[in-house]
Amino acid sequence: MTRIDDTFARLRAEGRKAFVTYIMGGDPDFDTSLEVLRGLPAAGADIVELGLPFTDPMADGATIQLAAQRALEAGMTLKRTLELARRFREGDSTTPIVLMGYYNPIYSMGVPAFLEAAKAAGIDGLIVVDLPPEEDDELCLPAQAAGLNFIRLATPTTDDARLPKVITNSSGFIYYVSITGITGAASANAARVAPEVARIKAKTELPVVVGFGIRSPETAQDIAAVADGAVVGSAIVSQLGAGKPAAEVLDFVRSLAEGAHRA
Amino acid sequence: MTSDLLNSFRTGPDERGRFGDFGGRFVSETLMPLILELEKCYEHAKGDPGFWAEMDDLWKHYVGRPSPLYFAPRLTEELGGAKIYLKRDELNHTGAHKINNVLGQILLARRMGKTRIIAETGAGQHGVATATVCARFGLKCVVFMGATDVERQKPNVFRMRLLGAEVVPVTSGRGTLKDAMNEALRDWVTYVDDTFYCIGTVAGPHPYPAMVRDFQSIIGKETREQMLEQEGRLPDTLVACIGGGSNAMGLFHPFLDDKGVRIIGVEAGGHGVDDRMEHAASLTGGRPGVLHGNRTYLLQDEDGQILEGHSISAGLDYPGIGPEHSWLHDMGRVEYVSVTDKEALAAFQLSCRTEGIIPALEPSHALAHVTKIAPELPKDHLLVMNMCGRGDKDIFTVAEHLGAEM
Repeated sequence: MTRIDDTFARLRAEGRKAFVTYIMGGDPDFDTSLEVLRGLPAAGADIVELGLPFTDPMADGATIQLAAQRALEAGMTLKRTLELARRFREGDSTTPIVLMGYYNPIYSMGVPAFLEAAKAAGIDGLIVVDLPPEEDDELCLPAQAAGLNFIRLATPTTDDARLPKVITNSSGFIYYVSITGITGAASANAARVAPEVARIKAKTELPVVVGFGIRSPETAQDIAAVADGAVVGSAIVSQLGAGKPAAEVLDFVRSLAEGAHRA
Repeated sequence: MTSDLLNSFRTGPDERGRFGDFGGRFVSETLMPLILELEKCYEHAKGDPGFWAEMDDLWKHYVGRPSPLYFAPRLTEELGGAKIYLKRDELNHTGAHKINNVLGQILLARRMGKTRIIAETGAGQHGVATATVCARFGLKCVVFMGATDVERQKPNVFRMRLLGAEVVPVTSGRGTLKDAMNEALRDWVTYVDDTFYCIGTVAGPHPYPAMVRDFQSIIGKETREQMLEQEGRLPDTLVACIGGGSNAMGLFHPFLDDKGVRIIGVEAGGHGVDDRMEHAASLTGGRPGVLHGNRTYLLQDEDGQILEGHSISAGLDYPGIGPEHSWLHDMGRVEYVSVTDKEALAAFQLSCRTEGIIPALEPSHALAHVTKIAPELPKDHLLVMNMCGRGDKDIFTVAEHLGAEM
């Protein structure tokens, strides 16, 4: 059982949906990022996704890409991102941290060294966008062997024939991508998402959390109502991009969390 | 036969799209079903004589193939060594080798019922080729091009627009080829139903590296036949420039198992291959990593962040290289070297002066290396260089570097 499994078990017992937030590690700088990260659980985040900055985020829109550029310009690296997680973990032993990003920085560090460092930093799960099931032996299998969850994306293009392949070797939860497209682009539509979530839940016991295209408390509520949780990323990141102070960003997160938790 | 197969360099990729450890399918889940479908359709088309008959007809009547294998007498005399032949792919319709591959992919897109074609472009040659073939078949065409490249390749931007393509300048990153490729991938995940991504080089997720190679291999197949016809034997040395590496792979692949043929790929050394990383020589100055769907040699920093690279030639300005080249490099079958911007510029002028051929800056890199090795080779040594593009698009850049007024 990881912190992610514990969190979903607790939420289920309480009859609540998960509210998941995403911020880019080190955006706009290490200290601000740490301040926001530390404030997220009190603002209502049940799980935090911590973005690993990468120069070429091919599945992300301009908002996340600019956040990665800000972080990299401020000197962020994979090691510093893990340090951010470690500092967060010092004061919070229960909120799960999911590291989300692209494979190359991890491959560059070396998978065994990375897994050891990630465990030591208190990371609970990984979402690596450019590692589909076809490349499972790269990181997915070693990560699960090391006790980390490997959370896979299912998308509107993942048809019934392919779905079992995506579910096999997934753990923690399934992240359903509500749209075909990049982060921060089109809007999620609960009526369209509901049958997709049901389709996935028919094939797995894992919780299904929905992300991409959720930027208001209302959408968070609508989407959470038809799934096990909702993820908000770009909408939070764009507040940081606009230079808003941590307290104001956290107020916005609180409003989103209230929306998701009303579901 | 068995040992021949074991010793072959031409059997890759494996069923996972790997050339040794390189290649693969490192893409997001949204794209995975699309590239699996593409692979299936390509495998089917590859075995269909009707597909190749259509290709051959277009290659002959629309592109102007076969391109000549031309003995360059004054260049040979000037360098005073090896007998130099130029494979004249710059004479193709649209002025470069790029159209060889585009035709194949567009015919495939038509078979798959796709109506919207997207492409990335650096120098603009692949963009122009894609826009051209889309016009020929009445398909909607959107070309992503780094904003920096839009600026330094204005004539090609206008050509694409004349041909009815929409050119989207990409401002993210430093606005070059890698950023254009990111943007094309973003577009593809957004418009999955009607869109076909026509990649311009032997990189990207499987099956692109193998598919583009197969389409470009017409260069090497023709060279082989033409050399046998003209000289009665195979060439001794092949030289081609490499950005992503499609013209080189097209020339090299049919010769990989001919052990007597020395094969040399020339990367863009920019301002010199050193710690400043102001070059685009992935093999000579990079290390393995994962980008744009494949594992290959990349220019990257200690943290695995991708570096921008630099070359005077927009077509070579890419921080990666096709995965099959990475494998051939590690296997030692192909030698990879680099030449600098300055050396390429000198070779550019040499070709103009001695042969009356204005080459693109990309093959000027290959020629620069030829000028280094040809003088030391015997006079009966047959050297083939791929003249993969013409230089009309580059005269402004060259004028600027030579300090000439236009």
